[in-house]
Amino acid sequence: MNSMKKRWLCLYVENEIGVLARISGLFSGKSYNLDSLTVGVTEDKSISRMTIGLTGDDRTFEQVKKQLNRCVEVIKVVDHTDTAVHRKELMFVRIDGCSEREREEIFRIAQVFDAPVIDCGRDAVLMESVKPERDNDRLIALLRECYVNRIEIARGGSVALEAL
Amino acid sequence: MKITGAELFVKALRKERVDTIFAYPGGQAIDLFNALYGVEDIRVILPRHEQGLIHAADGYARSTGRVGVCLVTSGPGATNLVTGIATANYDCVPLVCFMGQVPTGLIGNDAFQEVDIVGITRSICKYAVTVRRREDLAGTIKKAFIIAQTGKPGVVVVDLPKDIQRECGSDIYPNSVEIRGYKPCVSVHTGQLKRAMELLYSAKRPVFLVGGGVNIGRAGVEMQKLAEITGAPVVTTIMGKGAVPASHALYAGNIGIHGSYAANTAVGRCDVLFSIGTRFNDRITGKTGQFANGASIVHIDIDAASISRNIAVDIPIVADAKAAITALLEMAEPLDIEEWRGQVSAWKKRYPITMKKKGLTPEKIIHAINRIFGRAVITTDVGQNQLWATQFLDLGAERRMLTSGGLGTMGYGFPAAIGAKLGNPGTDVVVITGDGGMQMNSQEMATAVVYELPITVCILNNGYLGNVRQWQEMFYDRRYSSTCMRWRKSCEAGCNKPGKKCPAYTPDFVKLAESYGARGIRVTDEKDIDRALEEAKSRRDVPTVIEFIIAREENVMPIVPPGNALEDMILEVEEERAQQRKRAGKSIMVERE
Repeated sequence: MNSMKKRWLCLYVENEIGVLARISGLFSGKSYNLDSLTVGVTEDKSISRMTIGLTGDDRTFEQVKKQLNRCVEVIKVVDHTDTAVHRKELMFVRIDGCSEREREEIFRIAQVFDAPVIDCGRDAVLMESVKPERDNDRLIALLRECYVNRIEIARGGSVALEAL
Repeated sequence: MKITGAELFVKALRKERVDTIFAYPGGQAIDLFNALYGVEDIRVILPRHEQGLIHAADGYARSTGRVGVCLVTSGPGATNLVTGIATANYDCVPLVCFMGQVPTGLIGNDAFQEVDIVGITRSICKYAVTVRRREDLAGTIKKAFIIAQTGKPGVVVVDLPKDIQRECGSDIYPNSVEIRGYKPCVSVHTGQLKRAMELLYSAKRPVFLVGGGVNIGRAGVEMQKLAEITGAPVVTTIMGKGAVPASHALYAGNIGIHGSYAANTAVGRCDVLFSIGTRFNDRITGKTGQFANGASIVHIDIDAASISRNIAVDIPIVADAKAAITALLEMAEPLDIEEWRGQVSAWKKRYPITMKKKGLTPEKIIHAINRIFGRAVITTDVGQNQLWATQFLDLGAERRMLTSGGLGTMGYGFPAAIGAKLGNPGTDVVVITGDGGMQMNSQEMATAVVYELPITVCILNNGYLGNVRQWQEMFYDRRYSSTCMRWRKSCEAGCNKPGKKCPAYTPDFVKLAESYGARGIRVTDEKDIDRALEEAKSRRDVPTVIEFIIAREENVMPIVPPGNALEDMILEVEEERAQQRKRAGKSIMVERE
């Protein structure tokens, strides 16, 4: 019952100065673990939507939801754990010091992972991956192994919307 | 009509029927003070330090049930409120704190007296906001008053940049605003209440645990009725004490690390713990794994986040205490639990909390306060004075106590009494404080004198930061590290034996009181307690400071040692000391019956 697992939350919040600090401060102040947090404005300009990924047990997760609900700035908290949603993360990976052969290899990896190369220099390649978090983790693991100390990663954090 | 932001501020206070504000001026609040100048229907109280100011507003709010309003300047004015904000918010006191701020154009420039007070207070208040546009001012103030006093009450911080105060704009102050993210609990789930009552009827050894929520919700009368109809014993937290009169036959005492034997044992042995308005803070649970072991627990609280956080609960109910208890009353019936009731009251008789000592003891002083002051508001500081007050004060509807229960803020008691007296001019106000806490806000003596407030200040002076000293004595081998208030540079190093050679106390509290124009009395003998208190009570326009010189190493007993279950308490320290001498170090537990 008290199992540690990955959880997802979707938050509708007031699009105001300080709200992000309020939410992130709640996590740090109460020692809740936070894996990722993304935020963007919604179709209603006065409301922002946050997607939060965290790992925790049932009891802590219940507390997190209750504490978020208590915030005046939070309009709605939706639990996306174990529900049907489309969730993806944008990630860029740059690989430096590539030989001709390595570049070809990277193009093949890009095809297999459906993560196109979007920029290419004399000895560097830039890939873009828009995938669920775990697929991006797998891609990183592979690239890290093949191109030791030559990769640079920028991950955007996941965004999600309920499936139809 | 167009008016300035400062004028709108005054209009808003009037519309909110604020008749008293606690305020300290400064550069970025000067326009607000200018607008208040000559206003006759709003009393502006000027304390001597912003910390004293906010505790006074807190005491005013707790004792009247109305919103306490603070007004200070930016920077240090604002940061001096921080401890008071956390104090009030922790104990669910409705305050609205207005703070001046540098003009919006200067925010972020490291301007003179600029701090990000919203950032600083965000995690210790209910809501904090900077007003960034003049057109938002009225709505924001309205929102602040709504949020502070509805649901679980709390503190709202409103940061007012100087240009907003000066800018002209609409004079409309709304009667209501919609706050879409704020849904205070208003309804009661009757189905859950029914389940809770069914559980109670099935109980053989039920106990009502009453927390501060019952006092905040002013549901004491209803709670007493519920206890009387069902006949179940009642225990309280410190914050819940007085909800049911302490003299009531069904009342078994406070629970917690300094709770009574009867109350802690009753909670340990009950089969249904029916709790209302408590957050199950670590001070009352002891070792959580063994708290109310074997009992089914009902938990009614206005804050969903308080439920099932520290203690797993069988029947959770999110509701306002008064609404819930009122609904429960309609279902209440007598329980067949005579034997259990008899057992609890036998524990109460057999192990009363008493100091059984000769001389001037805190017990005798507090009993005299009970006797001499009928209807009264009593504030306490934090530490031993507070714990003795919670043990010995005979609280009820007539005699109420204000204490910093959650944050445990030293320096709270005296300024809170000033606020309480301003809000209840016809009621006696008594402070029970220590020599340490009194010095944390003693400058407010000037406030009490200039506003001609006849407050009775009882300083229990043992020359120590007594609560920490007690822990050092009991759990840290008498290593009195930084707890002696009579220490001087010329003292012997590592001294842990108070005696006749100790240097005189600094300051002389009697002379200190007199220097402010207050009355000062020193009591060293128990036979002078009543006379001193009666004299203080007879004063009509000047505060009286009574310094009671109590035994230096007086302890608060019983005590549940850290890490122990509630039932494993030490009742008598003398006994404990003797045992320690005998078998070096191992603490004795009370014999279980």
